[in-house]
Amino acid sequence: MFQTFLIKYAEIGIKGKNRFLFEDALVRHIVRALKKVDGTFKVTKEMGRIYVNTEGDFDYEGAIEAMKTVFGIAGICPVKILKDEGFEALSAAVVDYMKSMYGDEKKTFKVAARRANKKYPLDTMELNMELGGDILDACPNLTVDVHNPDIYLTVEVRDKIYLYSEIIPGPGGMPVGTNGSAMLLLSGGIDSPVAGYMISKRGVSIDAVYFHAPPYTSERAKQKVVDLAREIAVYTGPIRLHVVNFTDIQLAIYEKCPHEELTIIMRRYMMKIAQHFAEKTGALSLITGESIGQVASQTMHSLYCTDAACTIPVFRPLIGMDKQEIVDISEKIGTYETSILPFEDCCTIFVAKHPVTKPVLKTIERSERKLDDVIDDLMKTALETTEVIYVEA
Amino acid sequence: MEAYLDNSATTRCYEEVRDIVVKTMMEDFGNPSSMHLKGVETEQYLKRSAAAIAKTMRVQEKDIYFTSGGTESNNWALYGTAMANKRRGTHIITTQIEHAAIGAPLAALEEQGFTVTRLGVQKDGCIRLEELEEAITPETILVSIMYVNNEIGTVEPIQQIGELIKKKNPNTLFHVDAIQAYGKYRIYPKRMKIDLLSASGHKIHGPKGVGFLYIGDKVKINPMILGGGQQKGMRSGTDNVPGVAGLGVAAELMYSHLDENLEQMRKAKHQLLSGLSELEDVVIHGQSEEEGAPYIVNASFLGIRSEVLLHTLEDRGIFVSAGSACSSHKRAGSATLTAIGCSRPEMESSVRFSFAETTTEEEIAYTLQVLREVIPALRKYTRR
Repeated sequence: MFQTFLIKYAEIGIKGKNRFLFEDALVRHIVRALKKVDGTFKVTKEMGRIYVNTEGDFDYEGAIEAMKTVFGIAGICPVKILKDEGFEALSAAVVDYMKSMYGDEKKTFKVAARRANKKYPLDTMELNMELGGDILDACPNLTVDVHNPDIYLTVEVRDKIYLYSEIIPGPGGMPVGTNGSAMLLLSGGIDSPVAGYMISKRGVSIDAVYFHAPPYTSERAKQKVVDLAREIAVYTGPIRLHVVNFTDIQLAIYEKCPHEELTIIMRRYMMKIAQHFAEKTGALSLITGESIGQVASQTMHSLYCTDAACTIPVFRPLIGMDKQEIVDISEKIGTYETSILPFEDCCTIFVAKHPVTKPVLKTIERSERKLDDVIDDLMKTALETTEVIYVEA
Repeated sequence: MEAYLDNSATTRCYEEVRDIVVKTMMEDFGNPSSMHLKGVETEQYLKRSAAAIAKTMRVQEKDIYFTSGGTESNNWALYGTAMANKRRGTHIITTQIEHAAIGAPLAALEEQGFTVTRLGVQKDGCIRLEELEEAITPETILVSIMYVNNEIGTVEPIQQIGELIKKKNPNTLFHVDAIQAYGKYRIYPKRMKIDLLSASGHKIHGPKGVGFLYIGDKVKINPMILGGGQQKGMRSGTDNVPGVAGLGVAAELMYSHLDENLEQMRKAKHQLLSGLSELEDVVIHGQSEEEGAPYIVNASFLGIRSEVLLHTLEDRGIFVSAGSACSSHKRAGSATLTAIGCSRPEMESSVRFSFAETTTEEEIAYTLQVLREVIPALRKYTRR
């Protein structure tokens, strides 16, 4: 019964003179998200609102699912549009709408009329009262509650009349691309895809770095990361995934540095490499999936040491979250199933049995000096041999 | 150089197989169930394949039923006989080293009220006949035991098992998962008292997606796939003519060169084993060189994770299989290796080499050379 969706957005409304930038980006992303859905969709911006109009049959559920992946959408309202054919016709249509939507369900409702067309013969108050009365007469199962109704029926009188009573929540946030870009350190785990999702939700476009260590990590582990990138690209848009061959650096660290510091030193070089690609692609920050205390390399002391390895801001949106909270989000956004595939942990030989949990930066830096004679060449090779994969949803 | 040493995972198709597959897809593409000439023509391919396979086992061609592969054959043999015989009893016997295509359906049958006894095995992978004898009761409707173990190549004493079962309870059915054995051993169900036997096409240079189940004369078994009534109503579905035709050709070729094939594989195995014996800290699993299947060698390279070795070899063009999956946390290792009593370090470093008659001396020599080269470097980087 619906051929139109009204898209509600939250924070764009307060963006002043830049508002059009945000709206245009939103329109673009809605168009992109609907491309794969069965149906013909036209996304329009009119009078400070975004509408998605459809022609003929279309996949209603699919369209809603697709729009739920577009950051910037606060709510999706399926709208019924009527021609203005006088109040009698409007009243009949409204009663019809309520009956078909709610049948015999016992519910409370409220009519909230709005009048953009000030020439309409009834004013807002009159519309509320008359339409409310007509619904009451026709639907014995519905009662009025103006303070806390189950059904909030909006009737907007413009050149046409718009009816809607349902708001399907969108993901919120801001349209991707309106807040710069960032480089995500993407592993095959549960956390990093969630971290990417969360930063991207604030309008940030994402590229990613993955550290591959053949033969210690397999082709399948790499494929898994590509799959994860594809799954978050549903929300973030296309991702350039940088696959860095990290084996030789890892082996050098393994050979020359104290074992309990392996992970920390390794993480520091990962940050340096990620920063290199951030600068190269114009990203102004790094994103990691770290959460305080989750593992040895994520204690406060460890984070301090890792952070000191790079000079650009590092965002860690999961920093205060518990594992279960992160898992819940990953399930919601659909990366969990891929994340738990068992291909990643073949590089456990590089993990010491008892890693330091309170590393001291000076000590770590001293250990790193043992790499002095080889590290520049190794870094150079790693950067030069990095493979860039363009990943689209 | 490339050395494909994963022939127990799958094999390369014979050219003759490819040719008949193409022919039955492009020229003789009819549906055997059609009444017209095109159907009649293609029906001949099915008959010819069934006859060829029946001949290799000296059974009747009407007892060969084509399936979508080894897994379906195993599932059908277990479910089909369990359902058809459950009024007589609900006890089933198997071993702890079966493939998942036996293990998983039996676990499902257990949930439906069947009782399953899983016989342990000795260090070499063989069951103990006394234990089997003790386990068989008047309630036992089925014994399912594999011919050749897919991981360590142990050959179970099938003939003795068959005779023992029938002596203890003539009504007990005997199913043999011969997916790793068919095409490489002379298997005669009548003599060996086998009632049901599963085999797969792609393990013997045939196409993937096709296999067969041999069902003896008097076996009570229900069909599992119902529909248009193909294959005497026992296994419906449009006949997979290209697959079946290819399987028939593959079986014929395997058996017409059986002795040369085995000789070739024996040589490969001997060459690899003697090369490995010169390396330090390598443990070979399963039976002795002579007893075990001549086409499977399972070895643990202590101190090197299976997958790390696998990927290292892969880089050099050598393809093998990892005995147990990556198990840094609690993930269970291989059931077979556990059952033969492997230690954890052995399980984590086990690799399977499997040959075909096409495996050459050069491939094995190259593999040994690469192993000698990479092992010291890999052992240097172990978890300290």
